[in-house]
Amino acid sequence: MSEVTTKDHSHNSYSRRLFLFLGSMELAITLLLTLAIASVIGTVLQQNQPYADYVIKFGPFWFEVFEQLGLYDVYSALWFLAILALLVISTSVCVIRHFPAMAKEMWQLRTNVQKKSLKAMHHSAQWQSNSSMATVANELQQQFKKLGFRSRQTVKQDDAVLISAMRGGMNRLGYLFTHIAIVVICIGGLFDSNMPLKLAEWRGEIKIETRDLSIREIPAESRLAVGGQGFRGSVSIPEGKASEVVFLPIRDGYLLQALPFRIEVKDFRIEHYPNGQPKSFESDLVIHDDQLAEPFESTIAVNHPLIYRGHSIYQSSFSDGGSSLSIDAWPLDSRAGTEPVSIQTKVFENRQMLWGEETMQLEMTSFRPFNINPDPTEEDDRNLRDFGPNFTFKLRTETGEAREYENYMFPVERDGREYFLSGVRNSPAESFAYLYLPVDEDGTLQQFLNYSALLRDEELVSDIANSMMTEALAMLPERDEALEASLQQTLETLITMFVRGGFDEVRDFIDNNLPDAERDNLAPAYLGMLREMLARIYFSMDGINPQTVTNDQLLFLQDSVDTIGTLSRYGSPVFLQLTDFEHVQSTGLQIAKAPGKNVVYFGCALLIIGVFLLFYLPQRRLWAWVEQGAEHTEVILAGSTNRNAREFDTFFNEQKTDLATKTGNSNLEPGS
Amino acid sequence: MTTNTELMTKPAAHTWWWYALLLLATIGILSVYHQVLDVYEVSILIFTGISMGFVGNNWPGFRGHAIAVAILSLIALQLYGTNLEAAETNGLLKYMLASQSAIMWMSVFFIAATFTYFGGLIFRSDYTEKVGSAFTWIATTFGMTGLMVRWRETHMMGADIGYIPVSNLYEVFILFAVVTALLYLFYERRYQVRSLGGFVLLVISAAVIFQLWYAFERNAHEIQPLVPALQSYWMKIHVPANFIGYGTFAMAAMIGIAYLLVSWRSEKNPDSGFVKAMPSLTLMDDLMYKSIALGFAFFTVATILGALWAAEAWGGYWSWDPKETWALIVWLNYAAWLHMRMTKGWNGNPMAWWAIVGLFVTLFAFLGVNMFLSGLHSYGSL
Repeated sequence: MSEVTTKDHSHNSYSRRLFLFLGSMELAITLLLTLAIASVIGTVLQQNQPYADYVIKFGPFWFEVFEQLGLYDVYSALWFLAILALLVISTSVCVIRHFPAMAKEMWQLRTNVQKKSLKAMHHSAQWQSNSSMATVANELQQQFKKLGFRSRQTVKQDDAVLISAMRGGMNRLGYLFTHIAIVVICIGGLFDSNMPLKLAEWRGEIKIETRDLSIREIPAESRLAVGGQGFRGSVSIPEGKASEVVFLPIRDGYLLQALPFRIEVKDFRIEHYPNGQPKSFESDLVIHDDQLAEPFESTIAVNHPLIYRGHSIYQSSFSDGGSSLSIDAWPLDSRAGTEPVSIQTKVFENRQMLWGEETMQLEMTSFRPFNINPDPTEEDDRNLRDFGPNFTFKLRTETGEAREYENYMFPVERDGREYFLSGVRNSPAESFAYLYLPVDEDGTLQQFLNYSALLRDEELVSDIANSMMTEALAMLPERDEALEASLQQTLETLITMFVRGGFDEVRDFIDNNLPDAERDNLAPAYLGMLREMLARIYFSMDGINPQTVTNDQLLFLQDSVDTIGTLSRYGSPVFLQLTDFEHVQSTGLQIAKAPGKNVVYFGCALLIIGVFLLFYLPQRRLWAWVEQGAEHTEVILAGSTNRNAREFDTFFNEQKTDLATKTGNSNLEPGS
Repeated sequence: MTTNTELMTKPAAHTWWWYALLLLATIGILSVYHQVLDVYEVSILIFTGISMGFVGNNWPGFRGHAIAVAILSLIALQLYGTNLEAAETNGLLKYMLASQSAIMWMSVFFIAATFTYFGGLIFRSDYTEKVGSAFTWIATTFGMTGLMVRWRETHMMGADIGYIPVSNLYEVFILFAVVTALLYLFYERRYQVRSLGGFVLLVISAAVIFQLWYAFERNAHEIQPLVPALQSYWMKIHVPANFIGYGTFAMAAMIGIAYLLVSWRSEKNPDSGFVKAMPSLTLMDDLMYKSIALGFAFFTVATILGALWAAEAWGGYWSWDPKETWALIVWLNYAAWLHMRMTKGWNGNPMAWWAIVGLFVTLFAFLGVNMFLSGLHSYGSL
């Protein structure tokens, strides 16, 4: 891998040819480019995702093909490692092949050159001097020294003196350093890779666990004892809890690595910038170790890991650590009764709820103590607002179907009125659709719930329908009982339908049950009757009087009606209102042990030094041939460089003038 | 003292004042900010001072540039005081020195320089090309001043918000333009050729236009606080080292284009004016090699610094994250290029083509990864 060519050996044995092939430039360049192209795969195809995602993406056939090729963890795939190994071998062979020549080049001054070859060199000059040979030779050597050249005089045939000088021999060290560095870095990296785990897996000593198990349930074959091997894993520890294991993610599963000490998390903190963006993540840790007289405390933050006994402990993520939540479940339909029920639960806790005849599983999935988001009421999305705590949960029916909900603790203001916000969606792929529950003057949902309870109160609805029917038919000259019964029936049905399915169901009824000819006339009448009923039911409530009704009350009625009309799509029999919480966070730590790290860093240092030596310390040689001519002392100056020929041109031209002036007679023109 | 091929050159006697000035500046900064700088930041500051000393030692243009940036930035700081609103009320800030205005001027001058350089090339006017150089220097000075002033502005946004403005995609585009221009100006002086200016400025102008679009369409110029992962002194060395790499690779590709044009023209008509106006093929070939070698050296440093930082922030020096992997791909590509050139002795058209392909690989590592791939390093998105 250098311009130094080795002599072709005549014995072209098989091993010799293999050696030459491995050390060849062609192979090296091919490997560099192959490695570059192969590396692209892992950046285009997201690595180490759940295998189910790959199946969905590629279909079962290609999934299988790609799995066999190791494309889901391409950088540990056998073929990829083989390319790397071949590159390391190729580089090593290259270094071994060229080392002797390089070492020689680095130190040796070339003393066995001939006058003829000096004259023939690209950079060559001659002049004459009246001084003695020895004076000229010594002066030249002095000048070479001033230029930073190491030199030596040798006596050649006919008593001629050759001064061989060199500068920048360390350039050859650049070659050695850079190439050895690649080998060192790869070997160091191998220590820290998961190759040892792969080998253990092939030998059947360990088995990668793919199930979601608690730590106790993880079988011994998926556990790794404390040892010297490198690893990189992560663990989530709630505040106040401790861990002495870490999970190593491997392909679609994990292994459990034991730690030689226990990490306790006292506190986890997030600080924020004024705009709500996180500013810092910090964890207060306590390390318990039998080797220590007493545990010690340390605070870690992003970019500030703790390094203890060869283990680096990094702040990498955070999540909820099982916050306690106090919740009131407000009934939204008859299934759940009429009074709010208090529930105590925790994030990540699942509990069975019995609402009416229906059992539902309540799964608390997350909690956030505040939400700083763009304010939807402002046009500029840089205006941020804290929407207060929120939590998300799933309600799973007995058949296993689940809907996801997101509720905010504090009401949200819109157009001067306040609402409790609850988002609902059927799958994580959808975005949340929000239900706005109107808040009454006391800041509760009581009035809304009272009103919606009244709509379900059959007796009350019947009474109000009756009085409305009576008023409506009062102008008729004589009573028509059939009509009365029919109207009463219709009014009651409208309310029942509305409670069951909102305006949509009422419209469906109109579309499907009224004769085509009359539909256009009757539809507005039906909707009018429904609105009138809804208002009358509202006015039947305590403290609300149709004569003195305020605008606010009418708006509240409007909001309540709108909300009840959409409840059928909300799908939950209750609204969960967060009343109190105790926030417990969990810190996500990444723990790594990299025994090869210092080897790699050493290799990196070699590489940097090597690269700069290689490019910026050209190896320059100068020769001066001094011999006694007929009248004068004859001088031949020649030079060569292995880099930066252009600069050497200038350098040589300057030096030849300078040296000729210093050693020659002023009346003798230097020729070249 | 014209033969400075070595990395470090002895200080020339006539530039002692330059070193004294840098020493004074370093001491000045330390005395004002010593309380808020940690040991790493102090080391970076001293290292910066020393590097500027070496870069400016034989390069008067750089000295002038650095002094102009310092004076303009200090004026801006003085005008600002502690009041960010001054950007709207003070005329000099509003029209020239507030970071946004300075960056606008940078954009204008870079684009003007591109046209001027090409004008000089087309009309064979040395004077016009010199104007192109002057414009490039002015643009670079405005760009660097813009970054410096923006640095101060981030600190004025609020307590603990301040950061070095090489932290998001918008800011690094400015850095890219400035660094590429400085690298070009260095070689322009070293090789005494101005006819490549238009070609190099073309890639800078492309970056400038993108940056303008990014600011106007996406409000990318607004200062946002840093996410915790980016709050580190590593930022101050990792990013600039990377952009020396990106800048030289971009420059090499543009020289590659010029090389191919000249080579194509000279095959058809060796006496054409264009061929004569352009530098010789061997010079361009050499320049291409020089810039790729420089870029490769700094890209190596940058990638290693990135690995050291990753070890501190992400828990491992190498994660095969898309950005890391693409950095490796870029590195491997240029490693292969250099091997071809240095040991196989390849040169000419194929290497020029390869340098151009290299720019696309680099561009993907720089931009494409952030746009199309997800990973740990997704700090700038479009």
